Amino acid sequence: MFELSKEHEDFRKVVREFAEAEVEPHIAKWDKDHHFPSDLVPKMGDLGLFGLVVPEEFGGMGDDGDFTSLCVAIEELGRVDQSIGITLSAGVGLGINPILTYGSQEQKERFLPDLVAGRALAGFGLTEPDAGSDAGATRTKAVRDGDEWVVNGSKAFITNSGTDITSVVTVTARTGTNDDGSAQLSAIMIPSGTPGFTVEPAYDKLGWHASDTHGLTFEDCRVPAGNLLGNEGEGFKQFLKTLDDGRIAISALAVGMSQRMLEETTEYARTRKAFGKPIGVNQGVSFQIADLAVMVEASRQLTYKAAWLKDELEHGRRSVKEVKQAAAICKLYSTEAAVTATRIATQVFGGNGFMEEYPVARFYRDAKILEIGEGTSEVQRMVIARHLGLPTA
Amino acid sequence: MNIVVCVKYVPDAQSDRTFNESDNTTDRVGVDGLLSELDEYAVEEALKLVEAGEGEVTVVTVGPDQAADALKKALQMGADKAVHVKDDAIHGSDAVATSLVLAEAIKKTGTPDLVITGMASTDGTMSVVPAMLAERLGLPQVTFASELSVDGSTVTIRRDGDAASETIVATLPALVSVTDQINEPRYPSFKGIMAAKKKPVEEWALADLGIDASQVGLDAAWTKVESFTKRPPREQGQIVTDDGDGGTKLAEFLAAQKFV
Ligand SMILES: Cc1cc2nc3c(=O)[nH]c(=O)nc-3n(C[C@H](O)[C@H](O)[C@H](O)COP(=O)(O)OP(=O)(O)OC[C@H]3O[C@@H](n4cnc5c(N)ncnc54)[C@H](O)[C@@H]3O)c2cc1C
Repeated sequence: MFELSKEHEDFRKVVREFAEAEVEPHIAKWDKDHHFPSDLVPKMGDLGLFGLVVPEEFGGMGDDGDFTSLCVAIEELGRVDQSIGITLSAGVGLGINPILTYGSQEQKERFLPDLVAGRALAGFGLTEPDAGSDAGATRTKAVRDGDEWVVNGSKAFITNSGTDITSVVTVTARTGTNDDGSAQLSAIMIPSGTPGFTVEPAYDKLGWHASDTHGLTFEDCRVPAGNLLGNEGEGFKQFLKTLDDGRIAISALAVGMSQRMLEETTEYARTRKAFGKPIGVNQGVSFQIADLAVMVEASRQLTYKAAWLKDELEHGRRSVKEVKQAAAICKLYSTEAAVTATRIATQVFGGNGFMEEYPVARFYRDAKILEIGEGTSEVQRMVIARHLGLPTA
Repeated sequence: MNIVVCVKYVPDAQSDRTFNESDNTTDRVGVDGLLSELDEYAVEEALKLVEAGEGEVTVVTVGPDQAADALKKALQMGADKAVHVKDDAIHGSDAVATSLVLAEAIKKTGTPDLVITGMASTDGTMSVVPAMLAERLGLPQVTFASELSVDGSTVTIRRDGDAASETIVATLPALVSVTDQINEPRYPSFKGIMAAKKKPVEEWALADLGIDASQVGLDAAWTKVESFTKRPPREQGQIVTDDGDGGTKLAEFLAAQKFV
């Protein structure tokens, strides 16, 4: 069975220490100012956080690293702040991962060393204003002109796409039509600063204020033919696999959130007094916190089980199907549990829970997106039901 | 250049620190412990010196089984090897005895060019071990360095005082204690954590160092804690109600307490 190793636990300690010293003291202000802390990214790189699933030749941790360690890091950052957690999760899962999995040696050598060191960030643009859950509806088009691709269209809600250290965004675009009339998608890397590539102003978001999210516009944006990632027409297959890993990572982020809510409410219920006694003496309060502890434990088990399966898959000991199902299950459960956890925490904190002075308010705002990004809860249920062999629409 | 760094395992200042009921010594077993934060500066400084040139960093600790955690952290940060001196007889040792054990352990490691320590431990906070250790090793002692550089066979440090900063030069080998102003200690990286697994940790007992048990421990200590009382719970603060004259009341309070 799976368990975290001593090194995973040592690593957890370090990431926790890092998050509490480098993030916690600043996060309220970053959140309030909607500030993306690009200075923090190289420090995360120094810890090795971006290289946990990357071979040594690109500056990564090679055989020493694994996907489980990445989940530990995301969970611990997420316990202190979700924006910073998603910056890592998306940086690796959406930024580095597609290049690592589908890139040519030359593409990897060009982009990965900086991304792994935290000197740069990459984004992955799949969602469009009119194509989210239904990625097949992608409208962005790439047309081959000599030895260049000409890209036209727009992308919506792309994480890490507009920071001052973003080096490249991989976008999915229609490069043709399949025999059945469906779109043939391909992934193309668009370096930041390419003429015709516009990063729209940052969104005004409910949460994740310290995370970078932009809409992107492409107008006759020309990139060399060599910027195609993997084979032409395989974009659909590629992003489905990318999302599987990303879902486990989002689940780890949710575990960090629920864990933090458990700590916050336990402490508050012990110290806050009403009717002459700590509020925790009331079972109406303490039972909710007990339920929270169960949710934390269940989310954590599901998440690390999926991470373990994913690591086993790397060694050829598990199947893609198994990982896909485990990823959808943990993502669905952990994110819905995290939303519930923030609702309970805010309630336990009473009026204070509604005040930005207390971190639970920030977590409450940050929770909802977990049920939406990298596949909504409904999409996870679709994946799970399909795996069970249920008929599809 | 070979450097020995002395590190101490101390109770976590964030947790409830206490004494043992039986012999009034610091409780190092019942509370969470860690590498003394002030020693992280010493480890960092040694790593920087070796990274800029060549050589090895050896970390040495004297302490119970759990003190291995302090060594592990230093190894994860990048030190090359570690020495753990542990022996039941050491329990309750004062600074004089600790410096003896450290001195013999350092001699056994070889002849370092530099011995670096933190400026104090975060539990005892006596700052005397570096001086005693220098004396026992016959090394020049340059303490409270807030800046350090090595040039050929000399080490130069800056010591900041209230009125002036002194620049002190000593010939190597030497012993330097460093302050928390000297650098920004690194976090162990994932690579460092994995590499630390394979680094050698020597475990020595008093007999390995030729020290007789009667020279150390509580019975040999020059100072002893006779008794201790728990810190009284913090009292309810005084609340100043602002009826328009809050500022004046606050100033009066501060003046009465001689804060202003
Ligand atoms: C802050 C943030 C960051 C993001 N980062 C990225 C990024 O880096 N890269 C990227 O590509 N995208 C990113 N996204 C986009 C995100 O993945 C999408 O928003 C998400 O997949 C949902 O797509 P949509 O918004 O188009 O919703 P829609 O697909 O329009 O869905 C609307 C609702 O309908 C439901 N629904 C749709 N189809 C079905 C169905 N068949 N059965 C049942 N219910 C259905 C959905 O579950 C949802 O509740 C980000 C979004 C946000 C908010």
